[in-house]
Amino acid sequence: MTAAPHTVAPANTVGRVMRQVLYALLPAICLHIIFFGPGLVIQILLGVTAAVAAESLALRLRGQPVQKFLMDGSAAITAVLIALCLPPLAPWWLIVSGTAFAILVAKHLYGGLGSNPFNPAMVGYAVLLVSFPAQLTRWLPPDISGLQTVAFSLPETLHTIFTGSLPTSLQWDAVTSPTPLNALRTGVAMGQTLQEATAQPIFGMLGGRGWDWINVALLAGGVWLLSQRLIRWHTPVAMLAGLTIPAAIMSAVDPGSYPGPMFHLTAGASMLGAFFIATDPVTSATSDRGKLIYGAGIGVITYVIRSWGGYPDGIAFAVLLMNLSAPLIDRFTVPRIYGHSR
Amino acid sequence: MIRAMTGGGLRLETNKERSTAAPLRAASVPAEVILPLDQHAGTAARPLVKVGDAVLLGQPIAEPTSDISAWVHSPVSGSVIAVEPRPVAYHAASSPCIVIRNDFADRRDNANTAVDYASMSPAQLSDHIARGGIVGLGGATFPTASKLSQAVAQPDLHLLLNGAECEPWISCDDMLMRERAADIVFGAHVLMHALGTVSCTIAVEDDVPQAIASLRAAAAQVQPHIRIATLPDVYPAGGERQLILAVTDREVPAGRLPSDIGILCQNVGTAAAVARWIRDGEPLITRIVTITGSGVREPANLETRLGTPIASLIADCGGYTTDDRRLIMGGSMMGLAFSDDRLPIVKGSNCVIVPSPSDLHPRSAEMPCIRCGNCSEVCPAWLLPQQLHWQAQAHDVAALESFGLMDCIECGCCDYVCPSQIPLTQRFREAKVPVQAELLARSEAHLSRQRYEARGERLVRIENEQRARLEQKRREITGRKSPP
Ligand code: SF4
Ligand code: SF4
Repeated sequence: MTAAPHTVAPANTVGRVMRQVLYALLPAICLHIIFFGPGLVIQILLGVTAAVAAESLALRLRGQPVQKFLMDGSAAITAVLIALCLPPLAPWWLIVSGTAFAILVAKHLYGGLGSNPFNPAMVGYAVLLVSFPAQLTRWLPPDISGLQTVAFSLPETLHTIFTGSLPTSLQWDAVTSPTPLNALRTGVAMGQTLQEATAQPIFGMLGGRGWDWINVALLAGGVWLLSQRLIRWHTPVAMLAGLTIPAAIMSAVDPGSYPGPMFHLTAGASMLGAFFIATDPVTSATSDRGKLIYGAGIGVITYVIRSWGGYPDGIAFAVLLMNLSAPLIDRFTVPRIYGHSR
Repeated sequence: MIRAMTGGGLRLETNKERSTAAPLRAASVPAEVILPLDQHAGTAARPLVKVGDAVLLGQPIAEPTSDISAWVHSPVSGSVIAVEPRPVAYHAASSPCIVIRNDFADRRDNANTAVDYASMSPAQLSDHIARGGIVGLGGATFPTASKLSQAVAQPDLHLLLNGAECEPWISCDDMLMRERAADIVFGAHVLMHALGTVSCTIAVEDDVPQAIASLRAAAAQVQPHIRIATLPDVYPAGGERQLILAVTDREVPAGRLPSDIGILCQNVGTAAAVARWIRDGEPLITRIVTITGSGVREPANLETRLGTPIASLIADCGGYTTDDRRLIMGGSMMGLAFSDDRLPIVKGSNCVIVPSPSDLHPRSAEMPCIRCGNCSEVCPAWLLPQQLHWQAQAHDVAALESFGLMDCIECGCCDYVCPSQIPLTQRFREAKVPVQAELLARSEAHLSRQRYEARGERLVRIENEQRARLEQKRREITGRKSPP
């Protein structure tokens, strides 16, 4: 005999949750391909393959039912998130080793689905960022109104990813372009004013061209997740506020050196971080109040790293730092129970 | 849409209309009724009859054994054929039962008469309500008179009648409110008199417009005025503590009773039962039972003599549609599953669901918790079920207690929304056992410390007294020895 309740919400499984998250990423993935070529597709395929292989291996080693857990889709999300953070022409071993590290070490070494304290995708990405900084800066300019000097065909893309070197006629210096965050950082470091640094053609009205639209698509996907009630508003809103408020203050104080909130919101991985990474339930704070603190922390730390730290974007490190703080936040934000005074 | 409000709870798909299409009617009266002596909360009743005794319809056949216990009356006339343990649907063990063979003559016990409640004192009225065998008919079966006497010392009591039938399949209160609103209003006045109050609210969910209209019409005809409050149809709006918060905007403090904040809650069915006892002299020998689910041909609400075997009600509803004999006593969220349809209807039986596979969505394979927070979002007690789940796995009794396990009302909301399909409520039910034991041990330790301290004080007092007496004696002696 089963115990009450005798019925649960229909079609509500971990697999469905993960699939919805993937759907929400689709618009951004499409825009990414339009702006940066077919590289992302190959990166995703490589990443998912590596993730599935690593997940099966880990499950087998841990004596867990492979079939049951493999279908939950969480490994695929880890792979897709890492792929979205890597330059589309990055060599194949980068995504493969990053994903494998994420799944094997960050996820399964800590007990697998639901038990990992750190966001596996961000662990994987951070390890790559620290170990192979040069490869991670080789971004292409977006393919908009002649920004891209060469458009990569699929065979050229495959060649570059699998050999790690460009087709013979090309040079890295000629095809790559810094990301807007990176360009800004280098410009300001060289003593340019903000206005001079952003005068380059890769900057648009809001922030970096191409990146702004990808961020808008991610925002749309995130709003859809909210409407599907798959995520709560607390973390993304707090994170974006944590990014926006210091940006607004600093740009008001010193408009020559600090870009405004709009730039930060539409640059780098802001929206990806707010709606798809910080909202990872496993590694975030539990209560609504906890989520507000957790999200705000990620936003502020991201701003600090972007403005004064050693890396152009700080989402990954901000998320990992707040992952570390989540248990503490949870301890101090236990909600009041009905009928208890505190 | 499954999540509903910031205070927790769920909007569940309702299945009430299946059993409310047909009007309320009487169930067939069986040849034999089985009456468990422990069908109410508190201690079991003591039998007043033995095998072979003839009994009348409405005759008391068992008496209460403590302050929290209840009278049991015969729902038929006939003879007692057994006093023995029988299986029941409300727990796994057997219960002592009186079994009566019906002579189908319905010879009434003329000792049961209507009374003029307005001329009685609250205490007399409460005693009289106890003699009617009346207990809470919402499912908790707490003896009504016991609840009244717990509350009666409180000034400014407010009577709150619970018509918020939030379980998605149960409709017995809905039908009662539609068809017998006058009984409810009469019962409300009796209860108000017993409590010495003139303030009463009947709370109903807003998805039962016919019931609301009937109640409004019935309440408009009499004084003192009864307020009809409508609530959003959110599960579990009818949970006592949730209902009180929704209607009065006040919380019942943990570990206290609603009467401690001046509120007495009764089910609308209980009020109607009080009316029939006071006004018509009919003790609690029938109740309305919802028979529903795709597994039964014609779902309906039946006014049923207590002790009627469930099979007889199913037959009244056209019989089973399948060979599957899975039954649920109560609702789909909190009811108990069983399979034996020979078990009797008791005072607390509000609904029997005969589900077909399409009626319910059973849980699929359990996955680890992904901490999605769905559960804490819907918990009406504002707990963190995901934390309780971890703590229960770790058998961390102290953490379970401080995270409010004992405040869990076992409503099942957390299970319902859990994507990892974890049977949280069942886990919590099990985890409560050691926490309860710990709390008990602590309160016993506290008591024995108090006892120990009291004993110490007593010893000191005795010693002081002895010393004083000695002192006095000595003074007397010395006084004699050396007169001033
Ligand atoms: S709903 Fe289930 S998976 Fe989600 S946090 Fe609660 S227990 Fe964990
Ligand atoms: S069963 Fe307990 S923990 Fe779960 S939602 Fe209900 S009150 Fe909260």
